[in-house]
Amino acid sequence: MSSVLEVRDLKKSFGGIVAVDGVSFGVEEGEILGIIGPNGSGKSTLFNCILGQLQPTAGEVHLDGRPVTGMRACDLNRLGVSRTFQLLQIFPQLTVRKNLILAGQEHQGTMLSRLAGRPDAGLSAAAERMLGFFRLERLADEHAADLSYGQQKLLDVAMAFMAGPRLALLDEPAGGVNPTMLASLRERLQAINAEQGSTFVVIEHNMEFVMALCNRILVLDEGRVIAQGDPAQVRRDPKVIEAYLGRS
Amino acid sequence: MRHSRSLAAGIMLALGAAFLVVAPLGLKPYGIFILSMWAVMTIAAIGLNLTLGYAGQISLAQAAFVGIGAYLTAYLTTKGWPFWSTYMLGGVSCFAIGWLLGYPALRVQHHYLAFVTLAFNTLVYLIFRNEEWLTGGIYGISNVPRPVVLGWSMNGPREFYYFCLAHLALVSVATWWLLRSPWGLAFVALRENPIRALSLGVDTRRYTLMAFALGAGLGGISGALYAPLVQFIDPTPFALGLSLNLLLMVVLGGSGYFFGPFLGAIVAVLLPEWLRFTEGFYLMGYALLVIVLMAFSPSGLLGLADRLTRPAPRGAP
Amino acid sequence: MADLLQLLVAGLATGGIYALVAIGFTLLWQTSQTINFAQGEFVMLPAFFVLIGMGYFGLSFWPAVALGGALSVVLLGLVFKKLMVEPMIRHGVLPLVIATIGLAILMKEAVRQFYGADAWPFPVLAATTDVTVFGAVFAVQSLVILAICVAVVVALQLFLGGTRTGRCMQATAQNPTVARLLGIRVERMILYTFLINGALVTVASILITPIYLAKFTNGEWLGLYAFIAAIIGGFNQVRGAIAGGLLLGVVDNFAAVYLSSQYRTAIPLLILIVVVLFRPQGLLGRIEERTV
Repeated sequence: MSSVLEVRDLKKSFGGIVAVDGVSFGVEEGEILGIIGPNGSGKSTLFNCILGQLQPTAGEVHLDGRPVTGMRACDLNRLGVSRTFQLLQIFPQLTVRKNLILAGQEHQGTMLSRLAGRPDAGLSAAAERMLGFFRLERLADEHAADLSYGQQKLLDVAMAFMAGPRLALLDEPAGGVNPTMLASLRERLQAINAEQGSTFVVIEHNMEFVMALCNRILVLDEGRVIAQGDPAQVRRDPKVIEAYLGRS
Repeated sequence: MRHSRSLAAGIMLALGAAFLVVAPLGLKPYGIFILSMWAVMTIAAIGLNLTLGYAGQISLAQAAFVGIGAYLTAYLTTKGWPFWSTYMLGGVSCFAIGWLLGYPALRVQHHYLAFVTLAFNTLVYLIFRNEEWLTGGIYGISNVPRPVVLGWSMNGPREFYYFCLAHLALVSVATWWLLRSPWGLAFVALRENPIRALSLGVDTRRYTLMAFALGAGLGGISGALYAPLVQFIDPTPFALGLSLNLLLMVVLGGSGYFFGPFLGAIVAVLLPEWLRFTEGFYLMGYALLVIVLMAFSPSGLLGLADRLTRPAPRGAP
Repeated sequence: MADLLQLLVAGLATGGIYALVAIGFTLLWQTSQTINFAQGEFVMLPAFFVLIGMGYFGLSFWPAVALGGALSVVLLGLVFKKLMVEPMIRHGVLPLVIATIGLAILMKEAVRQFYGADAWPFPVLAATTDVTVFGAVFAVQSLVILAICVAVVVALQLFLGGTRTGRCMQATAQNPTVARLLGIRVERMILYTFLINGALVTVASILITPIYLAKFTNGEWLGLYAFIAAIIGGFNQVRGAIAGGLLLGVVDNFAAVYLSSQYRTAIPLLILIVVVLFRPQGLLGRIEERTV
């Protein structure tokens, strides 16, 4: 089996504070890896370093065996790595459909061919499919600002999958989503994973969600990996229990 | 409801276009001159609207580009170059300089960017004023010829007005095409949420530079028309004042709205002529209007109209 | 050598005035994210208040200054904050920037309407004579200006660092959210900074107008210089504004003597562009790395 993503000894410090302290892990093709850990354990910073939004202080990131450390987020995205953010990041002024088209258009042709080409960059059908898949068809022409929070969250996730990524990094996809919507979100994610064979890395606080969704879980505390394994193993690991209970 | 809204907009648009075509028949030369000036300034404002309104990058240097376009055309056409070549040159060189001016925008935003572009504008103005061997200094360049198109002289005020109007139409169509292409969406994404845009593969760096370059290029084209319109240019019109005025035009009309610059230029160029009897009070009223509008509708007059006529959202709570 | 020293003192004097204006500028930014594009006009206006006091009400100079100062603090501090900043800041930084551009035009045009486009003489604070110290000749005016600027800055620093209100204002400037949690009345502290800005521009106005005469266009370059000073020094702190202001004043004075007068105004602009491009946090500022 080949690693889609390989992170080696990644470090990030802000001034004197070390947020990520030598994290290494690999993600296999088709895997759903969960990353959990108490607040401030460096999960989001790890994502931002992998995705070129922050420059890592040290360490390497490889995508399909190719070094991509510090590569700009837009270039990484066009190599097939997409993401969502911890806080909702959609374009409220645009319609739902336009949000989706935007999420796919930069993967079509060149800048010049896009200027000369069709306004939807030939993505109408793909957007329609994605709307159907996340059950947003009815809202296609509403401004994203007018959606409910749960619907916006679905749109946010849908945007990450619009270009058919090889690897998707989702930062707290379940945060603030109500239980009914949560089940449908998990089921949608698993469907994408099964149908497209895409690989996920998911940061999540909702234990139930993460245990049900992921094949393997990595536990971060104070910027270090303190445990990893399948959901059952992690659940029993005393270090994990201590990291969570020792703090609260 | 939505349907009737676009119908009303369409009717107003058709009436406006008809007015622009018929108006010079009933106007004295000075009125035609003012209307031509409106067309020329609208082109510059359309450029700034691309940079500021759509891509969200503040620029206080648009007057410098109008100036560069105007000086290039004035200098070269008085030396015997044909107009179309200086027109192209004005657009292209401003595009290139605008691209370079975009680099600071990659590092700094908002007020920093405002003051850097402002500094650039003032530097260009100083060059216009001081490099007498090239620009004629404070004496400027006079007797700028008006072009001849296909053997047809554009010398008369009416002919030149239609010439400007045709260019405005051309620029409008090109801009409209650009904005409904994926570029328009990428510009808005850049304005609304650059970090998310970047994560969706939008090369924000290249689009930022492009937004500056395109806006500047249209400034250059506007300048290339300005020189033969007034036929005498000196440094004064291209000082910071015009940049501020163009910025206010865009914001007043409605930044990020396609027709915002058209409306803004009406308020800034045409209204003062109609309200001449108010003398200096006009500018004060204009300034007050800007302040009040920013308090109640930062998206300008068109934003206000949009909000007042928009139907309530369907569906979601 | 004596010439250089003289030039340096003259530069420090104008630089001190720029520093006062720049301090006000950064205070407004720190506490309320207000970028005041009308700051230059804020300096232009108080001199006219004083002229009105002397001309229309027949006051002598100092009472007119007191009247002008009070008017400035109320109008440029209180009224500016209540009527413009408060309703607009919730829309974000840009609409307020645009509105202050509008305000600048409004103030300029109003002065032109009611006071004309002429340059009016303004009373000097000290005799326009020279003194000789250690063989170098200094203009008394420069020394007086410098002394007043130093006094104002020292007083301000003592207030900010030495009183409870001052420390609350600093806390507000550094982090309004935390300040609010600490029970500081943030809104009141923000108001104080606006009042202080009103006072600072009045002092600057009284000091600079005798040199350049009272004219409605004075604000155009004054505001620009204040901003350049703030950027050079580092936008997020008071001592940055002081350093930037002094540096700018000195550079400007030397440029006027040793470079072409035509491109004198270009020097500060070039410095601004270089600093923004290569050290956007300013000479004394710290980098703030943004997390996503």
